[in-house]
Amino acid sequence: MCSRSLNPRVISRAIFSPFLSSKALVATVVPIRIQPVRGARSKCLHDRAVLNCQYSMATFSTAERKRRPHGDRKSSEMTLHLKQTFEAAILTQLYPRSQIDIYVQILQADGGNYSSCVNAATLAVVDAGIPLRDYVCACSAGFLEDTPLVDLSHVEESSGGTQLSLALLPKAEHLALVEMDARLHQDHLEGLMDAATRACKDLHAVLDRVVREHLQEVSTQLGE
Amino acid sequence: MRETPLSNCERQFLVQAIAEKKRLDGRQTYDYRNIKITFGTDYGCCIVDLGKTRVLAQISCELVAPKMNRPTEGILFFNLELSQMASPAFEPGRQSELVVKLNRLVERCLRNSKCIDTESLCVVSGEKVWQIRVDLHLLNHDGNIMDAASIAAITALCHFRRPDVSIQGEDVTVYTPEERDPVPLSIHHMPICVSFSFFQQGTYLLVDPSEREERVMDGLLVIAMNKHREICTIQSSGGIMLLKDQVLRCSKIASVKVTEISELIQKALENDKKVRKEGGKFGFAESMPNQRITAYKMEVAPVDTDDIGKKAEDLISNTEPPSEIIPSPVVRAPGTGQIGEGLQNSWGLDENEDGEEAEDQTMEEELQTMDVKVKSVNKEDPIVLSDSEEEDVVVLEPKIMKKEVKVQASSTAASKKKKKKKPAH
Repeated sequence: MCSRSLNPRVISRAIFSPFLSSKALVATVVPIRIQPVRGARSKCLHDRAVLNCQYSMATFSTAERKRRPHGDRKSSEMTLHLKQTFEAAILTQLYPRSQIDIYVQILQADGGNYSSCVNAATLAVVDAGIPLRDYVCACSAGFLEDTPLVDLSHVEESSGGTQLSLALLPKAEHLALVEMDARLHQDHLEGLMDAATRACKDLHAVLDRVVREHLQEVSTQLGE
Repeated sequence: MRETPLSNCERQFLVQAIAEKKRLDGRQTYDYRNIKITFGTDYGCCIVDLGKTRVLAQISCELVAPKMNRPTEGILFFNLELSQMASPAFEPGRQSELVVKLNRLVERCLRNSKCIDTESLCVVSGEKVWQIRVDLHLLNHDGNIMDAASIAAITALCHFRRPDVSIQGEDVTVYTPEERDPVPLSIHHMPICVSFSFFQQGTYLLVDPSEREERVMDGLLVIAMNKHREICTIQSSGGIMLLKDQVLRCSKIASVKVTEISELIQKALENDKKVRKEGGKFGFAESMPNQRITAYKMEVAPVDTDDIGKKAEDLISNTEPPSEIIPSPVVRAPGTGQIGEGLQNSWGLDENEDGEEAEDQTMEEELQTMDVKVKSVNKEDPIVLSDSEEEDVVVLEPKIMKKEVKVQASSTAASKKKKKKKPAH
C-alpha cells in the first residue's frame, strides 16, 4: 500500500495507493537545495524557502491515452493546489533563500488524484527530513443519493455528482485546502466535510504507522 | 513592468486597520462595493463594475461538431484574459499563475455546476451543436476579479440570444436575427462567486477585498452559490489554514450576498429588456454620462456627526499635556560622540561661514543655529529630506528632536563635528 525507499543523497520517494482500489500510484521526489537559488534570482525569497511543484500524469495513466501530460490548465491548477497545500504545511522559514522541489507523477489515475498526490508528497517530505507542521492527509468525498461517500473512484467522479477534496492537518483539524465542485445544498456541506475529515484522520493513522515501521526497519539496518 | 512592492508601513497600517475593523474605503467587513451592470447594443455583451474593478463579458456562438464522447451536448468554452490596461503589473506572457487560477475557477463555477442546459444546444445529434464561447476581459484591476468576472459571465449568458434553428427532416435552417427573433439560452440557475479574504492566520475576515487588501491578505476563500442556497464551488487558496466552522460561516454569509446580487442582476436585465422593447436607446454609449470627462464619481458617503462635539471634547480632555522636556543628565566626555545623534546637519553651516574650522565656532553660535534649524523644520510640513547625502536624516518626531538638540548643546558637539568633518575632507 505505501512503500518508500531511501537513497544516500537527500532525495526521497514515496508511492501511495489509497485503500479502496489501486486508483492512483504516485511517485514523488523531494530534493532540497540549501545553495542559493541560481538563475532565477528573482524567485529567491529572503526569509523563506520557495516551493516548486510540478504535477504530471503519465500518458498511460488514464483509460484513454493522455495527449498532454503536463502544461494544460488542469495540470497547472493541480500544481498550484499542491504548492498551496505544502506551503501551509512545511516550515519554510527554516530554509531562507532555498528551494524545495516536489515532483509528482501519476502512474495510474482512478479518481482522487489530488488526494493521492498530497498523501504521497507528505510521506516523501517526511522521508526527506524536511520539517512539517503535521502530516497532511487528503481525501475526496462525494454526495450521491443523499449519502456522503468517501474516496471516490473515477466512475463515481465522472457521474457528475458533488465532489469535495480536503487536505487536512489532523491534530489541529486545520484545512490546508478545501475544494468543491458541482452543486450541493448548503445544509449538506457540514455532513460532507465531517465525513471527509474522519477519512483523513483514518488516513493519518495509516501514514503514521507506515512511517514508524519504515523508521524501525531503517534504524535496525543501520544499526547492523 | 514589475508590480510596485507594498511598503512595510502601508502593510502594517492596513493590517492594523483591519484588526480594528476599519477598511480603507469605509466599508463594513461584510459589505460589497457598488456593483454596476451595463449592457452593450448586441445581445450577450455586458460590463460589470465592482467598485473600480471592471470586467467585460462577451458571448458568441457558432455551430460545430460535438465532442466524441458527448454527441448530444453543446460545448461551453470559457476564456478569461487579464488585459494589460487592467494593471501595470500585467504583461503579455506573465501572470500565468493568476490567469490559470481564475480561468479554472470560472470554468468550474459555470461548467461543472451545469447552470446552462447543454442538451438544449444540440441541433443535430452527433453532427452539429452550438458552441457557446464566453470571453471575459479584465479592464481594470482593483481587487476581487473573481466576483466581478462571475457576475459578468452569468449576466451576459442570461442576456445572450442565439439564432433560432428549425429542423425539417434532414434540413436544418439557421435563421438570421432579421428573419426570426433570436432565442435566449436555457439557464437553470445563476451561480455567483463570493470572495472572502483572511488576515492574521484566519482571525479576521473581509468580504470583497480591494486591491490593497488583497496584497496583504494571508489567503482567499471563494464560494460560488446560487440563490437557491446551493453551493456550486468552494476553493481555498493562498496557503492558509482554515477551520471547518470558518468555512461554514463563510457559506452562510455568501448565501446572503448572493441573494442580493442575484436581485441586482435580475433588475438590470429587466431594465435592459424594457428599454429595448420600448425602442429607447441602449448600449454602452447611453450608460456613459454626457458632458463629463471624468470617469469616476465618488459616491456620497454619509458620515455620522451626531456626537462629534462630545467626542472631540473627550479627546481633548483625556490627552495628557505634552511632557516636560528634561535634558538627559548624560554628560559627554570630551572627544566622544555617538552615531545617530545630532539630527541637524551642522556641515551646512560651513558653507555659510566659508569653511571655517570647527574650533572657531562657539557653543552659543552652534546652539543658536541649531535651534533655528529645528524651528524651521518644525514649521515645514511635510518634512523635506534634502538630496545631500552628507546631511543627517531628520526624524519625524519633533519632540525627540528638541531633546536631542538640547543634549547636543550641553555637550561637546564641537569635537563631534570635528570627527564628522574629517572623513569629508
